[in-house]
Amino acid sequence: MSEALPLPVEEPEPERGPSREDIVLDRIEAYRRRRPRLLEDAVNSAHGAGGKASAALVDAVFLDAFRNDTLSPLADGAVLGLPSGERLAFSTDSFVVKPLQFPGGSIGHLAVHGTVNDVAMMGARPLWVSAAFVLEEGFPIADLKAIVADMAEAAAGAGVQIVTGDTKVVNKGAADGCYITTAGVGVIPASVQLGAGSVRPGDKVLVSGHIGDHGIAVMLARGELGISADVKSDSAPLGDLVQVLLAAAPSTRWLRDPTRGGVATVCNELARAADVHLVLDEASLPVQNAVNGACEILGIDPLYVANEGKLVAVVPADETEAALAAMRAHPLGAHAAQIGEIRQEPPGVVIINTVFGGTRIVDMLVGDPLPRIC
Amino acid sequence: MKFVDEYRDPAAARVAVEQITALARGRHLKFMEVCGGHTHTIYKHGIENVLPESVELIHGPGCPVCVIPMGRVDDGIALAETPGVIFTSFGDMMRVPGSNGNLLEAKARGADVRMVYSPLDALRIARDNPDREVVFFAIGFETTAPSTAVTLLKARAANITNFSVFCNHVTIVPPLKAILESPDLRLDGFIGPGHVSTVIGNRPYRFVPAEYKLPLVTAGFEPLDILQSIVMLLQQIRDGRCEVENQYTRAVRDEGNLKALEIMAEVYEVRPHFEWRGLGFISQSALKLSDAFSPWDAELRFSVPGVRVADPKACQCGEVLKGVIKPWECKVFGTACTPETPIGTCMVSSEGACAAYYNYGRFTKGAAIPVRSA
Repeated sequence: MSEALPLPVEEPEPERGPSREDIVLDRIEAYRRRRPRLLEDAVNSAHGAGGKASAALVDAVFLDAFRNDTLSPLADGAVLGLPSGERLAFSTDSFVVKPLQFPGGSIGHLAVHGTVNDVAMMGARPLWVSAAFVLEEGFPIADLKAIVADMAEAAAGAGVQIVTGDTKVVNKGAADGCYITTAGVGVIPASVQLGAGSVRPGDKVLVSGHIGDHGIAVMLARGELGISADVKSDSAPLGDLVQVLLAAAPSTRWLRDPTRGGVATVCNELARAADVHLVLDEASLPVQNAVNGACEILGIDPLYVANEGKLVAVVPADETEAALAAMRAHPLGAHAAQIGEIRQEPPGVVIINTVFGGTRIVDMLVGDPLPRIC
Repeated sequence: MKFVDEYRDPAAARVAVEQITALARGRHLKFMEVCGGHTHTIYKHGIENVLPESVELIHGPGCPVCVIPMGRVDDGIALAETPGVIFTSFGDMMRVPGSNGNLLEAKARGADVRMVYSPLDALRIARDNPDREVVFFAIGFETTAPSTAVTLLKARAANITNFSVFCNHVTIVPPLKAILESPDLRLDGFIGPGHVSTVIGNRPYRFVPAEYKLPLVTAGFEPLDILQSIVMLLQQIRDGRCEVENQYTRAVRDEGNLKALEIMAEVYEVRPHFEWRGLGFISQSALKLSDAFSPWDAELRFSVPGVRVADPKACQCGEVLKGVIKPWECKVFGTACTPETPIGTCMVSSEGACAAYYNYGRFTKGAAIPVRSA
């Protein structure tokens, strides 16, 4: 070809508006902020993992049918106003942990701690607990006695009484040994005003100690992984620690115990409920070496691993020092740390600044933790 | 964590990033990381947001979950639903969609699907359940193929006859060639897979510089490994060199792992062709069990449908895998295809380019300000 080459085409001016990538990312963000939708037509294990599928199930099935002002905040428990003006915190939880015994505790400890902690997160002093048992035919009475002894011990340690209960037995094979459901009631002091609604940009996010201990202890106790590490469940009652914290930081905004789904999940729940942006600092996350190692091998992020004796608190900046000092002086808060802060934009999203100097999104858990394979 | 933190040191990272910025000044270079493990590291640590804009990373086809075609997933589900079968799989496969649901849903329908961390776990299940047929869903590159091979040798030695393998192992070099043959590809070099190379060594990649004039640096899986491999690629380009180099010297030998290769040669033979999700059929790209191991071959032992299912039309996984488009450029990305409802496999595994971008991608632009613990 001998013709002159065509003139180079002028590159179009870069558009002033958002790029296509930004539009797609905005869409994802909007999607992320939305409550997840229930798409399955049968329950699967992800619905019990505490992540997105669990939230979708609660929303589409339970909230849809039961909707009322007390339930709708979907907090750890309900706040019940009495005619006298006093307020009660009321919460329930079921326990199906396998194995029934694990380093640092048993289903009996968990059944008490899990429920009293949910009550404590409402700012209440837990007082009374109910216990209902579903037992499989053939379950040894000696094992049941051991579990119940653990419950009695845990109740004494938490300062609560187990005041009512129920027992059902199902056919062999219809349950896996022993399931326990507990409910707890506590009284909220008049001075306590906790709620996602009071969380403000500039507030700090604290955690009361090492994260991920419980989940890793239970996974390793199953003996299926061929990994052994000296990790014990952190199962413990948090009522006392909460009162210590509230005394030191009376303007504490919000409390949550990061059980299933871990710290990442409660942070996401907060970001959505309070419509704020949450920035975590990876270098500040208190994680025990053994837990970190096990997570690294299994390809799991400790942020998503369950805790049973930890709390996440949001406190105003000017009370942060006092809150940390008070928690660190308590045996259950010795490793308390500030792990992040609340920002304005973009709301509903949690990010983490990595040790390495990068940044990534911390989304809600999808499915059960899926370990990497290569 | 000892032996890990050293490779995540932010100060060393800054030095490497400065080197990269200086070496890449005035250019726009695209490097493909072949391995899904690298993609995971890149997003988990936020590497893209510490890199200068002159260096772009393309996430390649090395996620073993992402390349399994739908028809093979359907075959796996059919095996899982065969009466009497215990179907064992790595966790990552559980949510990969076939043409009619995934393994998690098959499990909810009653199939006995169990998540394992190693094929040896599957063999143990077979030993513990002599009256059941135990099938292992074998996937992965040369990284996982040796462990499946060892398991089969053990099954034969112990004469465990109720165990079989549904073999979907693939090899890395043929898809690499397929990608290099792709006419719309624009790449300046490869970050070579680390784990695969511990097995096959570095020699098999020599065709990349020899035939396609592109540098390749085999890299480890920590963030500093990735940065260092980028430095090495840029140095090659600066010096006008084009060769296979090894950054992952602490694990990779040029000749690979001879013992593993020997075992693989005994247990497997190369399939004439195998379908890759998004890439179509690639000849001699996958492994099947050799005749000596046919008694343990699930495809011979059970009738599997073996129906080829076309990739969903809307899904552009293939172009994403080849680096032709970015995840966000796919028509269904973030709308119909999300981590909760994946259409393409790139969205399922955390190592898939799309899931990684969806989960971690927003803050690759330095939007965040670091926070520090009190």
